[in-house]
Amino acid sequence: MASLTINGKSHDINAPDDMPLLWVIRDRLGMTGTKFGCGMAMCGACTVHMDGQPIRSCITPVAAAAGKRITTIEAIGEEPVGRAVQQAWAEIGVPQCGYCQSGQIMSATALIRSNPNPTDEDIDAAMSGNICRCGTYPRIRTAIKQVATKGADK
Amino acid sequence: MNGFSRYLEAAGAAPAADLVEGAPLSPARRDWLKTAGALTGLVLAVGASGVVRAADAASEKKYGGDGMPHGTVDDPLVFVSIGKDGIVTILSHRAEMGTGVRTGLPMVVADELEADWSRVRVMQAPGDEPRYGNQDTDGSRSTRHFFQPMRRVGAAARGMLEAAAARQWGVPVEEVAARNHEVVHEKSGRKVGYGELAEAAAKLPVPKGSALRLKQPEQFRYIGKQSTRSVDIQDIVTGNTHFGIDTRLDGMLYASISRPAVLGGKVKRYNADAAMQVPGVVKVVELPAGPTPPMFAPLGGVAVIAQDTWAALKGRQALEIEWDDGPHAGYDSQAFRKTLSEAAGKPAKAVRNDGDAMKALEGAARRIQAEYYLPHLAHATMEPPAATARIVDGKCEVWACVQSPYGTRENVAKHLGMDISAVTVHQTLLGGGFGRKSKSDFVVEAALLSRAMDGKPVKVTWSREDDITNDYFHTVSVERIEAGVDAQGKAVAWLHRTAAPTIGSTFVANAEGQQPFELGMSAVNIPFDIPNFRVESVPVPAHTRIGWFRSVSNIPHAFAVQSFVAEMAHELKRDPRDYLLELIGPPRKISPAEMSDSWNYGESPTLYPLDTGRMRHVVELATKEAGWGRQLPPGRGMGVAVCYNFVTYIATVVEVEVAKDGTLVVPQVHVAVDCGPQVHPDRVRAQTEGACIMGLSLATRSEISFTHGRTDQTNFHQYEVTRMPEAPRDIKVHLVEHGYDVPLGGVGEPAVPPFAPALCNAIFAATGKRIRSLPIRDQLKT
Repeated sequence: MASLTINGKSHDINAPDDMPLLWVIRDRLGMTGTKFGCGMAMCGACTVHMDGQPIRSCITPVAAAAGKRITTIEAIGEEPVGRAVQQAWAEIGVPQCGYCQSGQIMSATALIRSNPNPTDEDIDAAMSGNICRCGTYPRIRTAIKQVATKGADK
Repeated sequence: MNGFSRYLEAAGAAPAADLVEGAPLSPARRDWLKTAGALTGLVLAVGASGVVRAADAASEKKYGGDGMPHGTVDDPLVFVSIGKDGIVTILSHRAEMGTGVRTGLPMVVADELEADWSRVRVMQAPGDEPRYGNQDTDGSRSTRHFFQPMRRVGAAARGMLEAAAARQWGVPVEEVAARNHEVVHEKSGRKVGYGELAEAAAKLPVPKGSALRLKQPEQFRYIGKQSTRSVDIQDIVTGNTHFGIDTRLDGMLYASISRPAVLGGKVKRYNADAAMQVPGVVKVVELPAGPTPPMFAPLGGVAVIAQDTWAALKGRQALEIEWDDGPHAGYDSQAFRKTLSEAAGKPAKAVRNDGDAMKALEGAARRIQAEYYLPHLAHATMEPPAATARIVDGKCEVWACVQSPYGTRENVAKHLGMDISAVTVHQTLLGGGFGRKSKSDFVVEAALLSRAMDGKPVKVTWSREDDITNDYFHTVSVERIEAGVDAQGKAVAWLHRTAAPTIGSTFVANAEGQQPFELGMSAVNIPFDIPNFRVESVPVPAHTRIGWFRSVSNIPHAFAVQSFVAEMAHELKRDPRDYLLELIGPPRKISPAEMSDSWNYGESPTLYPLDTGRMRHVVELATKEAGWGRQLPPGRGMGVAVCYNFVTYIATVVEVEVAKDGTLVVPQVHVAVDCGPQVHPDRVRAQTEGACIMGLSLATRSEISFTHGRTDQTNFHQYEVTRMPEAPRDIKVHLVEHGYDVPLGGVGEPAVPPFAPALCNAIFAATGKRIRSLPIRDQLKT
């Protein structure tokens, strides 16, 4: 039994300790915004925040998330930076199929929160773990820079 | 409920019983497959002359959307519903995999309807082609085939609303006009909203022929404009979308399947004891081995069904399975490359033969030759294949991320032995498609497992390993080109020998030799001004499932042709752009038949001849915008390539910087796109940008290779794709403007093929190193 705090709500989850947080979020809690992409932390589709840090939920055992503060794509818009990232994504028309974009938005939000004016190299480093097969990288870069320029709504 | 709401019933429920389409899946699902089916006809019938000149067969052909199964439908009562509150609901019947078609086609309807986009909702149609027209979303066809039908849908609905208003006011219909969600009578200043008119309008006849008044292009509100956002954007950025993998039903079970790693492999025996001990595992089910040819049937294997995905995956790991690898267990990519290369070194059947290339080569002042290799590729859609099925009262319902919902319905019906009327396919969003999700094998798996669980809902989720090891792979190929040049440096002979397993092998057992539709992708239909032009297709077998991958055979063919043109330019000390233009020759319109192209992407040769003027123009535009010829610092270079594909003309200029240690950077890309008029320009740009990144992926990193019949790659650590740091910082897309008298070209695929040759031509310009084998990977490292 693990006690999880996800998007501000606490949940008691009866799951094996090694069950990845991803499948708890998706299958047990029914929040499907966090995506499965590879199962080995190679693609970033499953990115969520744990105590504010971006993590790959597909390799994070639920036991390791117990007692931590987890935020998913469904609630990232409640934070100013997350909301600004979502708005920039919509304005610039970043997504194509949209599947990887939950993870991209979670990584971008964590980047801008810790580094409000990222350089191109900072963007490369923070976003290199998130694959997009549609190839939206140039627009992701543009959107991150737009958020950095405008600043998040305070 | 008004008449405009009729489709809502159909969209929500199983299709009505008036369907006549009860036939099992035929290989004629796609026009490409028709071509594959013609394998025993067309190709063999060619006989001794060995040249496919299929233009004569073209006279009875239907083209474009009319040539697709179930054609097009333009009935507004099928596609449009207007509520009393004025909300206009428009049906999207094509699959959304990132192209923006779910926004674009409804936007076309809304424009002709004079609807206010903020009061438009889009609903996704289930698989029902007799009702909606063709739904097979591939071949860069959706907007090309449905732009005009969707205009007629909107215009007809507008006409009905205007007629209803005129009748209500007792004025001639000529005096009223629909404007932004209401009908206006200017003389009297009266206005009435669409919601109030809908019920009366739906009872009026649907205007047809001369009664149907389309807008003039200058009246368009949304078509051709930049402003319309994706209808799904808000859901995407907040994580509220429904992809195939996201389906959740009450009492749903989750399945993971261990499939044979080698095509044609079978389960010899298995032990499920340990799997059944995993908490949450409910049942282990063996699926029958897949057929030969593989078609769109499941591969067979052993399925673990559990209460959640994790339990299913753990249970599957615990399975003990002994496999019989079958006839393709010896498939080895290194050995097969030699086979292809040797085959390409020998004369083969001509599939285009203008003049006498052999004789002209012998008499040439100079001969230039090169051979190119491209490996298999996996689609690796970010959403792996996933589908959910349930069977209740003899009726099967599925939810799936498929490119062809109606083809899926036929396939599921066939495998369950049901009438097609008993199967419903709900179309979800697709987390990428690229051709993989045209194949509904994974949906049939879900249906078979639901049946094995007494109809309970079962979701099958492919792991990334499943996806990469059991894909319908892009073909592998060797392309050998030889050219002869006369004493003045003019090209007089061209011999292109292409050796690649055919997609036809997926539908016809032991099929060898590329089909007309594959050869019509930049092998035969090269409009070069060379009098002696010969293309030979070398028959080689397939040892894995071969499928279509975004832009298909254009990838290897255009890589070879466009690299080779630059190689010729270098040998002849000519500027590569100038030499490319010289080979294209003067502006002229060439019938596909003149180039032995019987396919022409399914389009009319009259409406869509190959226009070398347009081809020249995209080359000139892209090179001009890129600043072709300007002085570049050492280690930098520029390359150009052009490709006519999916009836669109596209030229790409790549600028590279190669560091001393061989590290490759792409600072800038310019792409000129001539796809006719652009219905949704921002999405044309987005598709072009994305296609460039996919082109970069396959040029620099991606490869599927086989050892002992199995892929050497299983996940993204081995099957590498382009990530943010390597993506070009700047991709400039230049759209060629046209009026709406010019027919539309495709958009989703065309920018993939020219990227790799433009990149490799740029690398040569920067370093003098010629890349003839993809991916580049470490070839530039010193």
